[in-house]
Amino acid sequence: MPKSLLVRFLVKDKVGNAMLLALLLSAILVPIMSLALSPENPVHLSSYWVTLLGKYLCYALLAIAVDLVWGYCGILSLGHGAFFALGGYAMGMYLMRQIGDRGVYANPELPDFMVFLDWSEIPWYWMGFDMFPFAMLMVFLAPGILAFIFGYLAFRSRVTGVYLSIITQALTYALMLAFFRNDMGFGGNNGLTDFKDILGFSLQADTTRAVLFALSALALAGAYVLCRWIVNSKLGRVLIAVRDSESRTRFIGYRVERFKLFVFVVSAMLAGVAGALYVPQVGIINPGEFAPLNSIESIVWVAVGGRGTLFGAVFGALLVNFGKSWFTGAFPELWLFFLGALFVITTLWLPKGVVGLYGSIKAKLQERAATKKNAELAQLKASEEAATAAKTDSADSAEGAVNA
Amino acid sequence: MVRWRLFVLNQSRVGIVLSIYISRFSRFIASVLLVLWVLPAAASDWEQAVQALTAKKNNQKQQAIEQLIATGDKRNSLIFNSLLEANLYYQKSDKQVVVAIKEGSLYRLSSVIDGADLGTVKKSKIKKISVNNKIRRQLRNGLALVGLNADDASERIAAIRSLMNTAYASYTPIIEQRLVAEQDKDVIAKLKEMQAIINLQDGDAAAREAAAELLAGKLDPASRNVLVKQQSAEQDPQVLAAIDKAIATNQQLLQINTVAENMYFGISLGAVLLLAAVGLAITFGVMGVINMAHGEMIMLGAYTTYVVQQLMPNNIEWSLLVAIPAAFVVSGLVGILIERGVIRFLYGRPLETLLATFGLSLVLQQAVRSIFGPLNQAVITPQWMSGSLEINGVLSLTYNRLYIIIFSFMVVATLWTILRKTFFGLQMRAVTQNRPMANSMGIRSSWVDAMTFGLGSGIAGIAGVALSQLTNVGPNLGQNYIIDSFMVVVFGGVGNLFGTVIGALTLGIANKLMEPFAGAVLAKILVLVFIILFIQKRPRGLFALKGRTVED
Repeated sequence: MPKSLLVRFLVKDKVGNAMLLALLLSAILVPIMSLALSPENPVHLSSYWVTLLGKYLCYALLAIAVDLVWGYCGILSLGHGAFFALGGYAMGMYLMRQIGDRGVYANPELPDFMVFLDWSEIPWYWMGFDMFPFAMLMVFLAPGILAFIFGYLAFRSRVTGVYLSIITQALTYALMLAFFRNDMGFGGNNGLTDFKDILGFSLQADTTRAVLFALSALALAGAYVLCRWIVNSKLGRVLIAVRDSESRTRFIGYRVERFKLFVFVVSAMLAGVAGALYVPQVGIINPGEFAPLNSIESIVWVAVGGRGTLFGAVFGALLVNFGKSWFTGAFPELWLFFLGALFVITTLWLPKGVVGLYGSIKAKLQERAATKKNAELAQLKASEEAATAAKTDSADSAEGAVNA
Repeated sequence: MVRWRLFVLNQSRVGIVLSIYISRFSRFIASVLLVLWVLPAAASDWEQAVQALTAKKNNQKQQAIEQLIATGDKRNSLIFNSLLEANLYYQKSDKQVVVAIKEGSLYRLSSVIDGADLGTVKKSKIKKISVNNKIRRQLRNGLALVGLNADDASERIAAIRSLMNTAYASYTPIIEQRLVAEQDKDVIAKLKEMQAIINLQDGDAAAREAAAELLAGKLDPASRNVLVKQQSAEQDPQVLAAIDKAIATNQQLLQINTVAENMYFGISLGAVLLLAAVGLAITFGVMGVINMAHGEMIMLGAYTTYVVQQLMPNNIEWSLLVAIPAAFVVSGLVGILIERGVIRFLYGRPLETLLATFGLSLVLQQAVRSIFGPLNQAVITPQWMSGSLEINGVLSLTYNRLYIIIFSFMVVATLWTILRKTFFGLQMRAVTQNRPMANSMGIRSSWVDAMTFGLGSGIAGIAGVALSQLTNVGPNLGQNYIIDSFMVVVFGGVGNLFGTVIGALTLGIANKLMEPFAGAVLAKILVLVFIILFIQKRPRGLFALKGRTVED
C-alpha cells in the first residue's frame, strides 16, 4: 500500500510539510509580488529582495546537503563549499559561453579573460559548456565525481573524525589556490562574471530573477523531499547507525564505507545544485567561494538550526544569513564577534540547535504539565484515600462504640 | 664615533698617518686629517690633481679623478664622498678646493688637504664643483678602490666585489700594489680573481688561458659574466677550450648551489612549520582536541612582539628577547582561558570542539582587528638579525632564517626535555597514553589538560615572535599557517614530537624543492594532494601512537 504509506509519511513530518507548503507558496507568491504588483503597493518586492531571498534559499540548500552528511552520517565535512563552488563554476562556464561576442574583446569563441591571456583556442575542458543540458549535467557530475574519488579514498582507508574534517578543509583550500591560478583557465583571481543571459533570457530582467527565485524554492523543496526520503528509508537507518557507532555497524556486517560514499556523493551533488542556482543570481563566481571560512560558515548554519533535522538546517541557514545581512549592515565591526559567539554558544548550550531548544522546552513544559497533572491526581487520590480512611475511621469508631 | 687609528700607507710613500677617523656618513662634522708627510713630492702630485677638479669641463674633471685614483691617496675618500654629496666647493678668490658645510646662512669651510678649519664665508665667495652621472659612477669606483686599503678584511672584500663588475686594465698596478701588502688569504684570492677578470679581457693568450683556469669554480656573478662574454669574443682555440671548461664547471657548481639554497629555504620553511605545528601536536596528542584557534595564538604572539617593540623603542635590539617570554605568557594564558572556559565542557566531542575553537578564532581575529586596526603592523627586525652570511658568490644564508632554524630546534629540544625529564611531562605522557589509568594513579588530569593547553598555546605564541620577523603581522597571520600546521600534524602523526619534526621538515623541503619548476602555488597544491593521498595509506600519520584508542 504505497499510497497510504506516503500519506502517513507526509502527515508525520508536520513542520517539514508546513515548510514545503511555504516554499511552494513563495515560489508562486514572490514572483507575483515582484512582477504583478505596482512598486507603490506595500507588499511589492523589489528585484533586490527577490535576489537576496533567492540567495538565502541557495544557502539553505547547501545547509541541507551539509546536514545530510553531518547530521545523519556523522561526517563533518569542512569542504562542502568546494562542491558548492564547483557547481557554481559549471553554471558560470555556461553563462560565460553565452556572452558570445558581447564581451569587451568581442571574441565570439573565447571568454574575455582567455583573450586577455592570449589564448588562441578554448581549452578542452570548456568544450560542451555552450550547451545548457551538458552544463546542467556537469553541475551534478563535477562535484559528484570529486566527492566520489575523494570519498572513495578517504572512507576506504577509514579516515574518520577530525582527520576527515581537516583533510576536507585541505581539499577546499587546495582547490582555492588552484582556481586562483590564471593558467587553470577559470578566470583566475577575478573568476567568471559579467554574465549576460541564461537560455536567451536576460539576467538583469525582473522576470528572470523571479523565475530563478522560484526555481531555487522548488529545488530546495525537491532536495528536502529527497533527503527526507533517504533518511527515513532503511538506508537512512544504517546511516544513523554509522553516525552513532561506526565500528558496531561494521561488525554487524554493513559495508560502512559504501553507505558513507553514497551519501557523501548525493550531498556533494546537492551542494553543486545550490551553487549552480546561486551563480546566476549573484552574477559572479570566483575562487573566494572555495575559502575554508565559507564551508565552516555553512556548518554553523546547520549547527544553529539543529543538526539531524532537515528543516532545522533550512531554518538555521535562513536565520543566520538574515542575521548576517542585518549585522553587516548595522554593525559591520561586530559580525565576526557574533558569528564566533554563535559557534561557541551552539556547541556549548545548544547541541541540537534552535529546533532542539524548541523540542527540549516543549518536553519540559509537557513534563511540567504532566507532573502538575500527576500532582493533581495524587492530591485527588490522597483526598479520596483520606475520605475513605475517615469513613473507615468513623466506621471503626462506630464499631468501637458499639463494642464498647 | 672618534677613534685613533694607525695607518700604514703603500710602499711608495711610507708614512704613518695619525688620523681622527670620523664616520663618513656624518657630514655635519668635517673630517680632520692630521697627516705627517715623509715624502712631500708625492703629495704635490695629488694636490695638482685636486686642483684640476676646478676645471669647467666634465672630461677634465674625469681626468683629474682618474689621476686622484692613480695616486691611491687615503684622502680621496673625503673628496669623493664630498663630491657625491655635493659638498665640495672651491673658493672663487684663490681656487682652493674646500669642503663646505652649511651653517645657518653661512658656509663653514675646511681644507681638503689637511682638514684645517678655514672659517665661515658667504655663499657668494665659493662655487660648487658639480658632477654628472658618469662622474658619479667613476667616483663610486674610486671609493671602492680606496676601500681596497681599508683596515677590515671584510670591507676590503666588499670593495673588491663592487669593483669586479667594472674591472679596468688601469686597476692592475693598484691590485699589484695591494697584493704585495696584503696578508689576508681570502682577500688575496679575491684580488687574484679580479686580476683574472682583467687579464681575461686584456691579457695575452697565455694570461687569458691562466685567467680562465683561475676563474673556473669562481661563482661571483662578475666572474661568470666575464667568462660568458669572453666566450663569444675569444679567437684562440686553446683559450676558448679553457673558457668552455671553466663555464661548465661553473654551471655544475651553480646547480649544486641552487639545490643547496633551496634546501636552506626548505629547512627554514620547515622550521617555521615546526614552530607553528609543535604546539598543535601537543594539544592534539594529549587531549585529542584540534584547536582551530591555534593560528590565532601565533598571531597573538606576533602582536605581542609588536607591542613589546612599541614599549621599548630605544632597545629594539633586545626586544625579541623580551618578546619571547612575553608572547609565551600572553598566548599561554589565553590558551588556558579557552581550555577552562570552553574546551573542558566538550571533552569526548572532538567535532564540537573543532567548531567552538573555530568560533573563538573568529572572535580573536576580530578583537585584534578592532584594537590594532585591519592593517599590517610594522615589526622591526633588529640589526643582528638582518643581513646574510655569504658562503660564495651565489649562495648567501640570510641571518633571520638562520636564527629561526636554530631557534625552532632549541624550542623543540626544550619541549622534549619538558616531556621526558620533568614530572609534569611524566604526568602529561601518562594522560596521553591512558587517561582513566592516569586518573586512578592520582594524576589530576583536568589540571594536566589545562597546563598542556597552556603550554601548546604558549609555544604557538613563541612561533608568532619568530614569524613576525618573516611575514607581515596582521589579523590574518594565523589563518595562513593553520592549514599547513594541520598538515604537518596529520602527516607526522599525532602525539609524537619526532613525527612532527620529520613532518615539518619534509613538507618544508618538498615545498621549496618543487617551487623552482612548479611555481609556489602549484607546489603547495601538490603537497596538499600528496598528503591527502598519503593519509590513505597511513591514516594515523608517519609515526602513529600505539595506544588503546582505536576509535576517536
